[in-house]
Amino acid sequence: MSEKQCHCAEVQEEELYPRLEEVIMEHRGKGEDLIMVLHKAQNLFGYLPRKAQEMVAEGLNVSLNEVYGVITFYNFFSTVPQGRNSVKVCLGTACYVRGSQEVLDKAQRELGIKVGGTTEDRRYSLDVVRCIGACGLAPAMLVNEDVYGRIKPPHLMDVLEKYE
Amino acid sequence: MSMVKLTINNIPVEVPEGTTILWAAKKAGFTIPTLCHHPDLTPGGQCGICVVEIEGIPGLKRSCMTPAADGFKVKTHTPRVMATRRQLVELILSNHDTECLTCVKNNNCELQKLAATVGINTLDYGNALKEKLPIDRSSVAIVRDPNKCILCGRCIEVCSRVQTVNALAVNHRGFDTVITTAFNAGLGNSVCINCGQCVVHCPVGALYEKSAVDEVWDAIHDPDKFVVVQEAPAVRVQLGEEFDMPTGSLVSGKMHAALRRLGFDAVLETNFTADLTILEEGTELIGRLTSGKNLPLITSCSPGWIKFMETFFHDMIPHMSTAKSPQQMFGALAKTYYAEAKGIDPAKIVSVSVMPCTAKKFECLRPEMNASGHRDVDYVLTTRELGRMMREAGLDIREMPDEPADDLLGDYTGAATIFGATGGVMEAAVRSAYRLVTGRELEDVEIKPVRGLKGIKEAEIDIDGTKVKVAVAHSCGQARALLDKVRDQIAKDGKSEYQFIEVMACPGGCVGGGGQSWGSNIAKRARRGESLYEEDRSLPWRRSHENPSVQALYEKYLEKPNSEKAHKLLHTHYYKRSTVDGKVLPNK
Repeated sequence: MSEKQCHCAEVQEEELYPRLEEVIMEHRGKGEDLIMVLHKAQNLFGYLPRKAQEMVAEGLNVSLNEVYGVITFYNFFSTVPQGRNSVKVCLGTACYVRGSQEVLDKAQRELGIKVGGTTEDRRYSLDVVRCIGACGLAPAMLVNEDVYGRIKPPHLMDVLEKYE
Repeated sequence: MSMVKLTINNIPVEVPEGTTILWAAKKAGFTIPTLCHHPDLTPGGQCGICVVEIEGIPGLKRSCMTPAADGFKVKTHTPRVMATRRQLVELILSNHDTECLTCVKNNNCELQKLAATVGINTLDYGNALKEKLPIDRSSVAIVRDPNKCILCGRCIEVCSRVQTVNALAVNHRGFDTVITTAFNAGLGNSVCINCGQCVVHCPVGALYEKSAVDEVWDAIHDPDKFVVVQEAPAVRVQLGEEFDMPTGSLVSGKMHAALRRLGFDAVLETNFTADLTILEEGTELIGRLTSGKNLPLITSCSPGWIKFMETFFHDMIPHMSTAKSPQQMFGALAKTYYAEAKGIDPAKIVSVSVMPCTAKKFECLRPEMNASGHRDVDYVLTTRELGRMMREAGLDIREMPDEPADDLLGDYTGAATIFGATGGVMEAAVRSAYRLVTGRELEDVEIKPVRGLKGIKEAEIDIDGTKVKVAVAHSCGQARALLDKVRDQIAKDGKSEYQFIEVMACPGGCVGGGGQSWGSNIAKRARRGESLYEEDRSLPWRRSHENPSVQALYEKYLEKPNSEKAHKLLHTHYYKRSTVDGKVLPNK
C-alpha cells in the first residue's frame, strides 16, 4: 500500500510541470518577476524542486545561480519537500529562556531531521519561528494552526503523534 | 568637465565631479585603506573599511562609493574612523580561517596587509568560525576555500558582470552566507569557464589554481623522463612582477635561462606554435572567404572562451576555427615530430606548459587532446606557479642571463609574441593572410585599430581590393555582446557584417589572464601588452610565415597548412554544453 502512495506523489509532481510552464510563459524573459514566479512555483509543488529552479532560470533568462541565491536567502522558499504537518518551535526570547532549545533538540533527535528538513515519510517538516505572540505560554510550539504551550521535551512526541 | 573643491584633512583638493572621496583623498596624499574595493570593478561597499567622516553629515561614509562634493570637509583618520576600521577588520578576522602560514596567499594577502595597516594587535572577538566548510576541489583548474572567503563579492562582480558567466553567487544568509555555485554543486559541476578572473580578483586565499607544481618537480627529478616546457607569450611580460620587477618587464631570455636551471630537459616555445596557429588559421580564413561559408571565422586560442562558447553560444560552433590553441598544437608536436627528430620515446616525454591561464589546465585534460597517442600536454603551470618553483629553487629572474630557447620548437616571430595581447591574434593573422592571398608581403605590419583596451574593436582590412571586416572582443561580457549582434545579423540577413572575429576570454587578453600575478588590474594589463608590442618591434621576423622552424616543420613533416596530417594533429572539434552544469550534452 505504502509503495503505491509514494508513486502517487511522484506522478503528481510530474503532472505539475506543464502548469509551471504556463506560469513561466506569462513572465518569459522578465528577470524582475523572479520572486513572484518562485512564489507561484512553491505554491504549486509545496517546495522548489531542482528541475523547477532550472525551468524558472531558463524561462526568465536569469542565471541558475541567481535563482538559487534568492531561494536560499528567503526563509519562505524551501528546496526540500514539505511534510503533511508543519512543526514550528518558537525560539523567541521568552521561549528560549524557558528552554525551547531543548524542545527543538528533542524534535530534531526524535524526527531524525534538522531544522528546515522533512521526514522521509513526509509526515513532518520542522522549522523554527521567532515569537508567535504566546510568550505567556513559553516555551511554545506550533503544529499546523494549533498552538501548544509549556511544552516539555518528554511530552513532545505525545503531541506530535496526534498528527498523521 | 566641472570640478569640485573640497578638503581632505584640511588639505584643499580639486577633482572632477563624480570622483569618489577615495580618489580625491589619494590626490591629496592620503591612502584610505580598502578591502572589497577594486579599481576595475563597480564599488559595492560591502566591507566598510574605507569609511571617513564628513563634517556636517551624520554617520560615517564609505569613501569608495561617495562622490566628492563642493565644500566637503573630509577627515580620513579621526579616532572614531580608526576605531571603526579596526573593529570591522577584527569582525572579519573573527569569521576567517586565519591559518596564514599555510595559505596560498601568505605574503600576498590583502586582508593580511590590511590587518597590519590598521594596526590589529589583539583579536577581542576570538574566532567564531564553527566547523570548517569543505574545500571545493571539483574543478580541474580552480580551488575554492569558503573558509577563507570574506564575502567581499569581487569574484561575483567579475564573474557575473565582466564575464557574464554567473558561476558564483551569494547563497543563504546571515552567518550561513556563502559564495558558491548553484546547488553548491562545485565549480567543476557548474558553468564556470575556468578563466580564473575570480582568482586574480580575490583579495584573500579563497580562490586559487589547482597546482601542478609537485607533479612537475617529480617529473623533473625522474631520470627516466624527458621533460619539455613551453611558455605562452604573456608569461614573458609578467614573470618579472613575481620578482618585484616593474610591471610589464620583458624577460623572454631570462625566462628560458630560469627554466633550464630548474631542470627542464628542453626549453621550447608556445610562441613557435603561435606562429603555426596563424598559418593553420590563416589558411582556414582564406578558405572560408573563398567559399563564403561559415563566416565570420572566430578564433579558438582561448580555452575559457571555448567553454563559454560551447555553453552559451553553441550555435556558433560552425563558425569556430578548428585550429587548436598554440598550447595544444605544441603538445601534439612534442610527442610526435619533436620526439621522432630527437629519437626520444614519446611515452617518456612529459610535456609541461607555463601559461597566464587557469583554463589551460582544463583544456589539456579535454579527452580529445591526445592526437599524439598520449596526453598531448601533461601539466599546466600558471605564471604564479612558475614563480613559486623558481623561489623554491632559489632563482631570481633579475639575476638570470638572457638565453635563447632550444631548437626545433623554439623560434618565434613578432607576430607570435603579440598573441598575448587582445587583438594580437587578429593582427598576426592579417600579416600572414595578406601574403597567402596576394603573394606579396604586407609592408606596414602594425595594425593599430585592433590594439588597445577598448571593449570591442573593429577594423576594415584591405587585402588587395578584398575588404575584410574584422572585430576583436576581450572579456566574455564583450564577446557576448558581439556574438549577440552577429547572431541577430545572421538571423535577419543570413550573414554578418564581419568576416573574422578574435575573442579572448580575459580582459586585456592573455596578459590579463587568470594565471597571472595577484593584484592584476587594467592599467597593469595595458602595460604588459605594450611590452609585447615592443618585443614584436625588436624581433628579426614579424610575420609568422617567416619563422624558419615553422617552414622546416611543414617541409619535413606536415607538408602544408591544413594538410591531412596537420588536421589530425593540429585541429579539433567542439561540444555543446549544458547551461546548468557545464557538462557536454548528448548529441541529438
